[in-house]
Amino acid sequence: MTLAVETGVISLKHITKTFPGVTANDDVSLDIVSGQVHCLLGENGAGKSTLISILAGMQQPDSGAIEIDGVPVRLGSPRAAKDHGIGVVYQHSTLVPTLSIIENLMLGETGLLKNEKRAIARLEELSDLLGAAIRPHSRTSELGLGQQQQVEIAKAMWTGSRLLILDEPTSMLTPRAIDALAENVARLKAGGLAVVFITHKLREAYAMGDCITVLRAGKNVLHLAPGDLEGRSEDQVQDAVLKAMFGGDLAAAGGKGAASDLAGATERTRESVAIDYTQRPTRLRLDGISTRGKTMDVVVTDVSLSVHEGEIFGIAGIDGHGQTGLAEVVAGQRPASSGRVLLDDVDVTGKGVRERQALGLRYASDDRLHEGTVGSLSVALNLMLKRIGEAPFWRWGYTNRSAIDAEARQMVDDYEVRTPSLTTRVGALSGGNIQKVVLARELKGDARVLVVNKPTYGLDLKTVQLVHELLTDFAEKGGSVLLLSNELDELIVLAHRIGVISHGRIVGTVENRGTETAAKVGQLMIGGGEHDQK
Amino acid sequence: MTRSERPRWRRGVDIVVRSVLPVLFALIVGAIILWALGKDPLTFYADIVANGLADGNWQNSMVLMSPLLIMGIALIVVFRGQLWNLGYDGQYLLGAVFAAGFGPTLTQQMPPFLAYVILSIGAIVVGALWTLIPAWLKARYGTNEIITTLVMSTIGIGIANMLIKGVFQDPNVVTPQTAAIPLDAMLPFIPGTQVNIGFIVAIVVALAFHVILTRTSFGLRLDVYGSNPKAARHVGINSRSMVVVLFLISGGLIGLAAAMDMLGQWGYLRANWNPSYGNEILPFVFLARLSPLASIPFIAFYAVFATGATIASQQAGLSVDFLMVIVALVLVFMTITEYVGTKRDLGQSYLPDELKDAFRRPFASMTRRTTS
Amino acid sequence: MSDLFTPMFLTTFIVGCIMGAMPLMIAAVGETIGEAAGILNLGIEGVMLVGAYVGYVVALSTHSLWLGMLGGAVAGAVASLVMLVLNVWLGLNQIVLGIAVTLAGTGITSVLFYQLYGSNTPRVPDVFEWQIPGLSMIPVIGPSLFSQSPIFWVCVLLVVAAAWALKKTNWSLSIRAAGQMPSSLDAAGGSVMRTRSQAVLVGGVFAGLGGAYLSLIATGAFTPVITNGIGFVAIIVTMVTNGRIIWVAAMSLLFGLSVSLGTVLQLTSLNIPTDVIGMLPYVVVMAVLVIFARSVYISPALAAPYTRGAR
Repeated sequence: MTLAVETGVISLKHITKTFPGVTANDDVSLDIVSGQVHCLLGENGAGKSTLISILAGMQQPDSGAIEIDGVPVRLGSPRAAKDHGIGVVYQHSTLVPTLSIIENLMLGETGLLKNEKRAIARLEELSDLLGAAIRPHSRTSELGLGQQQQVEIAKAMWTGSRLLILDEPTSMLTPRAIDALAENVARLKAGGLAVVFITHKLREAYAMGDCITVLRAGKNVLHLAPGDLEGRSEDQVQDAVLKAMFGGDLAAAGGKGAASDLAGATERTRESVAIDYTQRPTRLRLDGISTRGKTMDVVVTDVSLSVHEGEIFGIAGIDGHGQTGLAEVVAGQRPASSGRVLLDDVDVTGKGVRERQALGLRYASDDRLHEGTVGSLSVALNLMLKRIGEAPFWRWGYTNRSAIDAEARQMVDDYEVRTPSLTTRVGALSGGNIQKVVLARELKGDARVLVVNKPTYGLDLKTVQLVHELLTDFAEKGGSVLLLSNELDELIVLAHRIGVISHGRIVGTVENRGTETAAKVGQLMIGGGEHDQK
Repeated sequence: MTRSERPRWRRGVDIVVRSVLPVLFALIVGAIILWALGKDPLTFYADIVANGLADGNWQNSMVLMSPLLIMGIALIVVFRGQLWNLGYDGQYLLGAVFAAGFGPTLTQQMPPFLAYVILSIGAIVVGALWTLIPAWLKARYGTNEIITTLVMSTIGIGIANMLIKGVFQDPNVVTPQTAAIPLDAMLPFIPGTQVNIGFIVAIVVALAFHVILTRTSFGLRLDVYGSNPKAARHVGINSRSMVVVLFLISGGLIGLAAAMDMLGQWGYLRANWNPSYGNEILPFVFLARLSPLASIPFIAFYAVFATGATIASQQAGLSVDFLMVIVALVLVFMTITEYVGTKRDLGQSYLPDELKDAFRRPFASMTRRTTS
Repeated sequence: MSDLFTPMFLTTFIVGCIMGAMPLMIAAVGETIGEAAGILNLGIEGVMLVGAYVGYVVALSTHSLWLGMLGGAVAGAVASLVMLVLNVWLGLNQIVLGIAVTLAGTGITSVLFYQLYGSNTPRVPDVFEWQIPGLSMIPVIGPSLFSQSPIFWVCVLLVVAAAWALKKTNWSLSIRAAGQMPSSLDAAGGSVMRTRSQAVLVGGVFAGLGGAYLSLIATGAFTPVITNGIGFVAIIVTMVTNGRIIWVAAMSLLFGLSVSLGTVLQLTSLNIPTDVIGMLPYVVVMAVLVIFARSVYISPALAAPYTRGAR
């Protein structure tokens, strides 16, 4: 089966794109060559996503040009980008859940009648190339995440191929699926396709890339061509990249060691203070908790665990395996269909969100924009959002503005929230500051147990560090944390023990000691990941 | 400059412009339509002013304002929660039939004020109860309340008509209507005017709800729920009871508006009659940005306009439904000015990117590349 | 009571069913397409009235029912432009716009009608009944179902064509994507705006046709608010049937049945007040909503405008 691959060089020349208040891409130039994997490396907010959306035709640059083999082209719409053979696989699925796989793939085709036969033939072509077996008539919901990604790749390459862009493709995969992805990429590369691989993990970039471009604050700060990479060892490459990523700020980022940690360059080890469980009381206990599923959520089944005073208990797992359900059932937002939740030995299973709050349970959800805060309300009110009606801020239901403002002012100062004023809409703040507002609110008062879900998702490195400090401080002062995250590094740095969740069940718990934690957790995740291969 | 950083006076001007402009545009387009129909717009609008304001007509406007304002508050309460109570017609008529039906007998049998209180409470209860089914369906199953309230409204109108023609029919007349409350038993006037005290009730309701919605914990919970039910659940607000409470308040207020209207203005209820106040004040409630306080001047404006236009239409030989057209125009222009204003604030071009693309290639070819 | 079920009675009953069902069915099919693409058109009542009025005026001046129907369809398309430009293109609030369109449509048609035909209401040319050879001889069904106007058959064909289009064309995939997950259509190279625009226009044409059918075929003249809420019933039917045209047809027939039942009950000796009869279809609708509350499924992107790359 031959695959018509178009070769050539795609050049981005002096691309600049600004949004109100921020320059996302600043005079970025780079070349993408067929048959190579070009890794685009940079931390969150460096401008990778914007560059990709420009290549994909979703946005237009304010200035600069895109050329294919020296000929300027205008990618004015996703359709135009597709016509030039550019396909993108995004982090979040673009498959319509109510359509079958083949219907999803036929989406966007011209012509009046659905030509299923031709589509199925094309799917077989692409499946062969990828080495995958995709059944045309299944629904998206029946596939594992690894398979979904394969369908997304097939979709990106549907109308002919010149360039395949993969946006952070490994964030939701098991280690085994990551290997499968690497194989797919290698085959595509061998076929002459150009691949752009976006990541914020240096390790991955080095492992997958033939060349690396580093973005920082919208600028292209370093390019390592294939020749450069061949000559150097991983350490040397690391040095060069770190220097480019942090420049003179290595000291600000905590020295070279910390910087390389933050850049995902090295294996991590725990940094929080060790504790002895036998001496510590249990703060939070779950006994056989199960929940009933809503629509497409994975159901939590028979989860039991306990978190002690001063302990950070991490929950590792692939996205979508029940983490949110677990967090919500502990917080009281979701009812448990069986089992008990105990807070300091008090059975709170039947109690609602506010009652659990009063007993010291706090919850910082993963959706800081649409659940954790109300964008249209002020910073001050958002800080008080979980205390509506409480004295002295509300007297007989009547709002006491000055008391609220005083309290909010103190919280803003304590947590260094950068905001023009207390009355600013919280939606106008940056992601990092919004997360600070959420954490300030949750950690305030008599917080004893904090449930936190993906606390550093989408944040810049400095804020990530701040959040980590807040959590470790809280634990050191005797608080307990149930930390759910899909960043294994984060869990290893913070947690004392790590439980692995897979398909709604805890398949094992690992003591975070020494350097084998990552491997052990990975093993447990793979074990659960067998279900992926249907 | 973001909106919150602009000087206060500019924001004030902004708000005034955004509120007044839609009405202005609507009147201009209305004038064009009038001219197309062969009527003189200037005479028409002058007649409206004359019949709405001059020579003591402003008192008639104030009388009309009473039910309009209370209904406006009823809509504001639910709209702030992003709930669409569109069943106002049915709720109004059922409340009205209660007040007008029991009015004559109760006002004769007991001190008038006691009768007013009982009739008002009854109308409030009736209006509130009629929202119960849509409220429960929404709270329990998430059923779209637009549809349920509309259907219940139609049924409610039918029931009201049946009651008017049946139990409450005035035995002394042929036309289908309830017995009339004697003039001296209707709501007393504000001393020195021809405006009944229903007006005072309306103002009190508006002010009370302004405080409740903007300065209490309940109001804050409503705002949180209205902006995002997910956040409401996170914060510990019981969404189901919020939905039911909001609907009950809304229906109850509509019932109260009906009672004030019956006891203060009409005194009786005719069958197959529907003033449809809700449709008419809808845009003004939005223009006031769902603030009870701000709605007072807007609804006052509309009350004058409606009072004047009803007579002006007859004088011009035009159907009174012309008012609906003006109201619709205000709605449309209001959404447009909001859009333009938002885009300006965010510093974006007025046309979305995709639209500009579509203009450049309006007929994207149907015979492009497909799978090979 | 035995004289109730004479063939004459049944024939009239069936004709009444069809008259009551068709305007609803046509409009509901249009709304189905619109809602599948994510557009909840609350203005459908106004669009139907515009279609009914324009159809009436055109039929009167041209003495042709066919041209009247065409006029209704075009008027429906024009009336739907409000939603098209303001909601699909500019992203303004669908619900508020829908209410505005209904108000405007009701108001303008009322005003114009009183202006031009207030004193005397001329009737349009009579409907030509096409007696299908052979089939029209079957008792009861013959004189009713098979003696309908050719316009009826054309409309039936349109409904069937819509059902076919929703199953067999690529366009239907784009529509479903636009309604379920607009970002996927965008990423696939389609145009959410173009797809939704087409859906709104088609919905407008169907609503206009439904209105014209009501004034031209079912009643024979226009009266203000002749639709009496049928537009909203169309919305309910659409939501409950979840895009399956066959069920749209079935529910429309059920509605037509309750309307017809009301009419014939008036002819009997049972003394049922007209108000109850008028309410009957709506009580049926409400019952359906309550019974099927659990399974009324509303697509996630309904009533939400789409902006590419929105933050």
